[in-house]
Amino acid sequence: MRNIWTIARREYNHYFTSPIAYVVAFVILLTLGFIFGLVVWSSYQSALTGGGFGGPSTAPGVDWLGSTFNFLLMLTIPALTMRLVADENRTGTMELLLTAPLRDWELIVGKWLGAFLFILTILAITLVYPIILNSLEKPGLDQGLMVSVYLSVILLSAAYLALGVGISSLFTNQIAALFSTLGLFIFLWWLIGFPANYFQSASDLFTYLNTTSHLSTLYSGKISLSDVIYFLSLTALGLFTGTAAIDARRWS
Amino acid sequence: MIRVEGLTKDYGSRRALSDLSFETGQGEVVGFLGPNGAGKTTTMRILTGYMPPTEGSATVAGYDVVTESLEVRKRVGYLPETVPLYTDMTALDYLKFMADLRQIPDSEERAFETLEMVGLDSRANSFIGSLSKGMRQRVGLAQALIHEPEVLILDEPTIGLDPGQVVEVRNIIREIGKQRTVLLSTHILSEAQQICDRVLIINKGKIVAEDTPENLQARLVGSERVSLRVRGDSDGLSKLLMKIKGVQSAHNAPDGSVEFQFAPGQDVRPLVAKTIVNSGYELLEMRPVGLSLEEIFLELTREDAHRGKK
Ligand SMILES: Nc1ncnc2c1ncn2[C@@H]1O[C@H](COP(=O)(O)OP(=O)(O)OP(=O)(O)O)[C@@H](O)[C@H]1O
Ligand SMILES: [Mg+2]
Repeated sequence: MRNIWTIARREYNHYFTSPIAYVVAFVILLTLGFIFGLVVWSSYQSALTGGGFGGPSTAPGVDWLGSTFNFLLMLTIPALTMRLVADENRTGTMELLLTAPLRDWELIVGKWLGAFLFILTILAITLVYPIILNSLEKPGLDQGLMVSVYLSVILLSAAYLALGVGISSLFTNQIAALFSTLGLFIFLWWLIGFPANYFQSASDLFTYLNTTSHLSTLYSGKISLSDVIYFLSLTALGLFTGTAAIDARRWS
Repeated sequence: MIRVEGLTKDYGSRRALSDLSFETGQGEVVGFLGPNGAGKTTTMRILTGYMPPTEGSATVAGYDVVTESLEVRKRVGYLPETVPLYTDMTALDYLKFMADLRQIPDSEERAFETLEMVGLDSRANSFIGSLSKGMRQRVGLAQALIHEPEVLILDEPTIGLDPGQVVEVRNIIREIGKQRTVLLSTHILSEAQQICDRVLIINKGKIVAEDTPENLQARLVGSERVSLRVRGDSDGLSKLLMKIKGVQSAHNAPDGSVEFQFAPGQDVRPLVAKTIVNSGYELLEMRPVGLSLEEIFLELTREDAHRGKK
């Protein structure tokens, strides 16, 4: 446990010295801020022309927040995870970690946790948007929806970060890791949905594998076990791949 | 402390180690010598739990390096050949990180102490990327010492250091070697001669010789060599020497001195001295000539290459 924390803390601190991490944080916060501004402006407009704040028709949802946030994460997580293990392989510091009293899985989980905490930090900052919205709106935001939208962000980050760490462990070159991770995400996010239309018999399977199908359930406010299991399985798969890659490297 | 039995390591089809065996005791400083590609780094990587051997077994501090790897790693300090450093961390942060991984309480304090030990306390807050090569080497060494390990494994620890630092680092190693076991690899033979209790010479993945530096010399030479110098002309001196009973050979060296050899145990030096003086020469100097470790090394690894060809 302590080892995981030691590794995670180093990675977390490292993000605050990394220009890439700042760019990612700013892209996410600025984009969300821009849409937030539009939402506030449009509900202000409709309040002027229509029945004022609090009318049932004007209550803005928060699903825009989830869908934008998750889409941006899908695009930027590869940049956050690419160097995590690949760079240790490249510079030779892996030799240090692999001869320290540290289990391979603790190393991988620590790397993942550091990145996850960084995303959670960004997520905490984004909370200002719904909190402001909540105070502007008379009946307030739908609390249940808020929870499931934020849960979608947390689950997606956990899963995609783990996949990113797993892929980074396979490489020595971080750019190769970047594009492989991005490729996998595009596949899971978008491509895998296509065959569902062509292979009726397996359509349930393809839909289940598609990330967006699970996200849209969560945006509608429903939290189901099957969605949670989907993201947790991807998390486990990513962490397992990372651990196995390290082990394979030792035996090569 | 370290026991290696029948260690074999294949990288794909290339055999890096074949059936390597040796042992080291507690409080021993053992030097690992061998030409490039002999398998020194490979052996060290197996001993530190970085990778498993293809065949054979090894124990460090009583623990098996494969099945009890974690216990081994707790007790070993390791300085790899390419010093593993995070260039974007300060020296102090880096050592604190390593101390945390070793679960040392008061990690920051210990990190600073270790920096003092390698003479880098004044650069504690410099980024490692801004340190010179020798300083980085010392940060790497500090990392290996931070948890006061029972066994220290150092892959070419003095490479890239200035002469003053080389002496410092050798002193540190010798100091540690009083109670702990040190295995170090080096290409500098005089270094092995100075700080090692025992030397292992490895070539092509096999141990070709193993002994104290002194014994290695005696064993290989098979006879003792003495160099002597007289005032003035030394022509004819070697002929004179050859006539003395017990002298195996004698010849004039290019620097004007004369070297002769005799079988160990039959010390002919008093007789030689008397003869020379009686013959009218003025004897200035007579000293034993050891075969240097360089010569032994070349001898052993060359022999081995010859055998390989046959
Ligand atoms: N990662 C690797 N993959 C494949 N072969 C390797 C690898 N590491 C070492 N070898 C091979 O194993 C043999 C022994 O190499 P090793 O690095 O142990 O030598 P060394 O004694 O440390 O040499 P040097 O004095 O140059 O450091 C060499 O033939 C080398 O080519
Ligand atoms: Mg080497």
